[in-house]
Parts: sequence; structure tokens; C-alpha cells
Amino acid sequence: MASSATVGDLVSQPYKYGFVTDIETEKIAKGLSEDVVRLISAKKNEPAFLLDFRLRSYRQWLQMEEPDWATLGHPPIDYQEIIYYAAPKQQEKKASLDEVDPKLLETFDKLGIPLSEQKRLSNVAVDAVFDSVSIATTYREKLAEHGVIFCSISEAVKDHPDLIEKYLGTVVPGNDNYFAALNSAVFSDGSFVFIPKGVECPMELSTYFRINSGDTGQFERTLIVAEEGASVSYLEGCTAPMFDTNQLHAAVVELVALDDASIKYSTVQNWYAGDENGKGGIYNFVTKRGQCRGDRSHISWTQVETGSAITWKYPSCVLQGADSVGEFYSVALTNNRQQADTGTKMIHVGPRTRSTIVSKGISAGHSSNSYRGLVQLGPKAVGARNYSQCDSMLIGDQAAANTYPYIRSQQPDARIEHEASTCRISADQLFYLQSRGIAFEEAVSMMVSGFCRDVFNQLPMEFAAEADKLLALKLEGSVG
Amino acid sequence: MIRPDAPVLLEIRDLTARVEDQPILKGVSLTIRAGEIHAVMGRNGSGKSTLSKVLAGHPAYTVTGGTVLYKGEDLLSLEPELRARAGLFLGFQYPVEIPGVSNLEFLRVATNARRAGKGEEELDTFAFEDLVRERLQVVQMDPAFLERSVNEGFSGGEKKRNEILQMALLEPLVAVLDETDSGLDIDALRIVAGGVNHLAGPDNATLLITHYQRLLDVITPDYVHVMAAGRILRTGGKELALELEERGYDWVDAELAATERTPAEVG
Repeated sequence: MASSATVGDLVSQPYKYGFVTDIETEKIAKGLSEDVVRLISAKKNEPAFLLDFRLRSYRQWLQMEEPDWATLGHPPIDYQEIIYYAAPKQQEKKASLDEVDPKLLETFDKLGIPLSEQKRLSNVAVDAVFDSVSIATTYREKLAEHGVIFCSISEAVKDHPDLIEKYLGTVVPGNDNYFAALNSAVFSDGSFVFIPKGVECPMELSTYFRINSGDTGQFERTLIVAEEGASVSYLEGCTAPMFDTNQLHAAVVELVALDDASIKYSTVQNWYAGDENGKGGIYNFVTKRGQCRGDRSHISWTQVETGSAITWKYPSCVLQGADSVGEFYSVALTNNRQQADTGTKMIHVGPRTRSTIVSKGISAGHSSNSYRGLVQLGPKAVGARNYSQCDSMLIGDQAAANTYPYIRSQQPDARIEHEASTCRISADQLFYLQSRGIAFEEAVSMMVSGFCRDVFNQLPMEFAAEADKLLALKLEGSVG
Repeated sequence: MIRPDAPVLLEIRDLTARVEDQPILKGVSLTIRAGEIHAVMGRNGSGKSTLSKVLAGHPAYTVTGGTVLYKGEDLLSLEPELRARAGLFLGFQYPVEIPGVSNLEFLRVATNARRAGKGEEELDTFAFEDLVRERLQVVQMDPAFLERSVNEGFSGGEKKRNEILQMALLEPLVAVLDETDSGLDIDALRIVAGGVNHLAGPDNATLLITHYQRLLDVITPDYVHVMAAGRILRTGGKELALELEERGYDWVDAELAATERTPAEVG
């Protein structure tokens, strides 16, 4: 009798972005010191304020210790074994894409992110970051017509130093935490978005991060500012080749929303997760925070986390402005030996601020998946409200799911709701769907997408279907 | 309807199967032709539910011997979804709940899978809505059930009606209905049985697995098979069901003891 594919086989689908692009790279020597920080800054011809920011952060980092409170385990990271700057050799950023190294264009084509004019995603502007530098940003002119600035952060430092100086490090200070301090000292590139007052960004913006070198750390920094009444939707995607060694990725993302502004930030994270025995994969230690600085401002985080050996990530909202709104929608999928400790912080400062948290954790294989979230209502957050929903789905019987909700309220009349559930994909459910003509893979994917629907509905339309497919792919072979 | 010249849809020969290390089916043979309604009766543990699961390809059951031909081709080598697409349908005794998966979407995907199996075109969302609304009447089901998750929070009767709705949409050639009557009140039983009768035609066949006569009061079988200890012990017409109803299953035990000279195994 034919045996059905097990969910185990389903999840162990090979990672299809694991190739390495053979391209000449300029790298600096391994290790971290004040000289390295100065060298990175010098390579980018940075103004003095930025070098100061880096050096202050670096000195503070030296005083700090790696956090160990997360439900994660990994061998110690040797920060002197990492290369802090790597860039494809290409003299300077090209004015036109035709001059970009075809190998790079080909790489992004292979990743499904066509940069060349004729194949571009319609209505999505893309900033492509390869190792430490941004290689191309599409649709810049069109955006500029609306006053929207979308470029790499290095270019922004050159072309808009006043904006960088005004906003960089104001949401995530240089000494915020161990990994943010490290990033602040050595960040190489990332994206900068500025939406001026009253402008609704005419297209989706997106940054695609690609780690290529094996021994390089990736430290990007993204800053998005939406002025009064402005709005933008931004999407970040990431992949990396397969290496036996672990690579460190420590990014910082800062969002600033002024009065009546709205920022929607979506992530589809598909870094290499290591093999089924947990060898290799990205260590993803990321600090993402948005500040609803203005009244009635709105920040929404949507994340689909499927890759990385380790995910340590808590996209947060500081709800400062009165009536501001923070949202967090998350799907985190772990398989094999992956570990994720992810969630959010909703810090209610202003009156009548509202936040919504919807977290869906899917654990398969021998993985561990933790939701960790903080809802905090300060003394001025009169009439603030929060709704949290944390659901876990277990696939197979070797995976673990944990939920750590923290609630701190200084508001006696606050309305804080928390719902949680755990479910399991059972063999009987799968058989039921199969006995109706639905193939095994499709059955798993139907159930997983059903479970994630609340979150996928939040993704920009172009990417919702992709996220669905990605999860199905990640789960190939994992239900036993 | 018995027509000796009707084509054979399902031919089960000496089928044996086990679950884990426990042999359950110990040589079942059964021939089903187009237009026929068969009832398999027997006590709990006689193997009748196992027979239905083996036919549908449940992974927990291992076939250890025998053959099953479906329209002349080997059924057992097919994945469960291919059996369904080819027109075999299992109505579950306990339909599972699938939270998060919309019933309407599920029905549409299943219907299109079956249509692909018949070489027919996929139905788009609108065409499917029309079809499903028409078929809902077969089981007198409220369209509100389409908007819910598959079987989630359905009562026992609603789950069974949802099964028959699926059968109405998938238009199977051989429908195996496992204890479709269990847990139904009289009204629900009439609706479900009405649906089954409505769907039975000269080109398809129905295999009812049941414990009680009461289902057979509303669906008249052409053949009744009595199963015990993993075998079909006796086959007769609908009067055999009445005899069982009257005399109970004790005579089956006696007959079994006589043939095997060992006590009946109850799994």
C-alpha cells in the first residue's frame, strides 16, 4: 500500500536560496576594535556626528553583556571572528542599473527580486542590499516626484545628513541593548525612508537583504520617518546562502510616526536556518522599534519569520501620542533544530492609546518556539487598551511552544485582554482532507494558512500569497 | 437495484489488514456492481469500520494480503487523495474538525480535485457557489455552515449532513458510509438517508456500514453482509438485517464458534 508522505518529509525541503554568488568582495580584516569602527566610518566618508555615535555605542557595548534571558541556546559567539564589513567590488553606486554588475542582478533575479527595469514588480520599489552595501534602489525618481526619499542609509548620510542626525538613534539609542549597541557601532548599510508631511507614499517600498559572504556579519540599519499625516507601507525580505558556520545578523530598525502618520512594516524573513541537525544558519538578533510620536499616529508590524537558526526579535511600539495605535501581527515557524524567541512590546505612554497583538507560532521537528511579549501601561495612559492573542500550532510530537506574556499596568481601569491557544495538526485531520482528494502537501498548507490567516491578511497583497507558499515549502515533510 | 450485467465497481478479494500488530481483517471478499446498495452489519470490533478505512487508505492500517480492484484497477496502490479523485468516497463516522479552514473553501478545493479526476474543468468561485447552494438542498443545510470552519462547532447531526453534502458535491462512484446513522436523531436520520437515496443511481454504488437496522428502514439495501471477527460470515437480502434485528448478534457468535471452533475475537 502506498504510504503517505509524512509531515516530516514535508518540512525537510531543501533551502532553495542557499547558493553563493561568486563575486569579488572587498572585506576588511576580522575582528572588532575602535579602529575597525573608525575604518567603517571612514570608508563611508561619514560626518563627525555619525562617527561619534558609532564610537559612543562601541564603548558602551564593551561595558555590556550578551543577554541570556531568552529561551535560546547557542555556543558563545566570538565577536573577534567576524568580519564587520564586506562589499561587492564595484567602485561606487551606479547611476543606472545597467551598470550594476550583472552577477548581482542575476543573484536578485534568482531570488525572485528582479531589479532590471522591464521585469520589475509593478508598484513596488526595491532597495537591494548585498552583504554590507546597497547595490540598487528602483523607482527612485518616481518617488522623488512625490517628495518621498527612498535610498540606502549610506546615501542618506551623504545627501540628507540633517535628517539622519535628527532621527537616527532617537528610537533605539546606541546603548539600548547589547545587539543594538553592536549594530550602532558597526552598521554598514540599510534603507532610509522619508515621507514628507501629508504624502501618502504612492507605492510599496521594499528592501531585500542578501548575505553572501560566509564569515561576514550583517548589521543593517533602517530608518523610516513619516511626517504629519504621511503614510507608507514597507516590506523587508531576507535570504542567505547555506554555510556550515553560523553567521551573525544584528539589525536595527527605527520607525518614527508624527501626528496622524501611519507606517506599516512587514517582514518576510527567510534567512538560512541551518540543516536538520542544526548545523549552520543565521543568528538573528534584531532590534525593531517604532515610535508613535504624534497624536493619532499608527504603526503596524507584520512579520513572517521562517528562517534563521536563532531568532531573537521583538518589534515594538512606543505609543507616545494621544490616541496612537500599535499593532503586531506575527507568524513564526520553526522546524528541525530552529529556535525562536520572538514577540513584541507595546509601551502605552499617551492617553487612549490602543494596541493589538496577534501571534501565531508553528513548531515542527525538534524546534522551540517562544512568544515573549510585554504590554505596559504607564501613569498617563488613561483609557489605554490592549488585545493580545497568542496561538501555537504543534506539528509532530518533538517540538516545543512557549508563551511568556508580561503585563505591567499602572492604570487601574485599563482594558487588557489576553487569549492563548495551542493546537496540533493531527494525522486524522490530514487523512480527512486527503480522503476528499486534497493532496497531502496541500492539506498541510491549507491547515497552516488557515491558522495564519489573521496575520497573512495584514501583508501587502503581493506578498501574502508568497508567504503562504513559503510556509508550505518550509513545512514540506514535517507531519508524521 | 440488482442487475447481474451491471459493471463491477469494487471487487474485494481475501483482504487482510492489521492496525499496529493487531490483525483486524482476516479475509474479506465482496463484489459491488453499479446500482447496488450494500449494507455491512456487525458488532463493534467486527472489523467493519476497518474495512471502510482500508478502502479509503487510512495510513494507520496496513494491508497484509488480498486485492481490491476499483473499476478493474488496483486501488490499494493509490494514495488516499487519488482514490477520492477517482470517485471513492468515505463518509466518516466521526468527521474531524479543522479550525481555520473555511468549509466553503474546503468544499471547493475537494470538488475541483474530484472534477480534475473526471477530466472536467475547475469551477471558479462563482460557479461553485451556485453548485453548492443547489446541493445544500439535498441535506437541507443552512448556507451559514459554509462560512464556518470545517465541522468546527457543528453538532453530530450537522457534521453528518456536511458529509452527505460533500458526497453530493463529489458525486462518487462508490460511497462508503461508515456508521452514518450514529448519533442522529430521527429527523436528522431521515434527512441524511434522504440525501443518500437521492444520490444513489444506476451508475454508482453505496456501501453502508452500520450497527442497527434503523438506517436500513429508510435506505433499502440490495445485499446485507454480516461481519464478525474480520470476515463476512453471511450474505443475504434485506431480510437478513431484519433477522439480526430480531435475533440479535448471539447467533452470529454461535455460527462463528461453529466455523472456527474458537471464541469470537473482539478487537
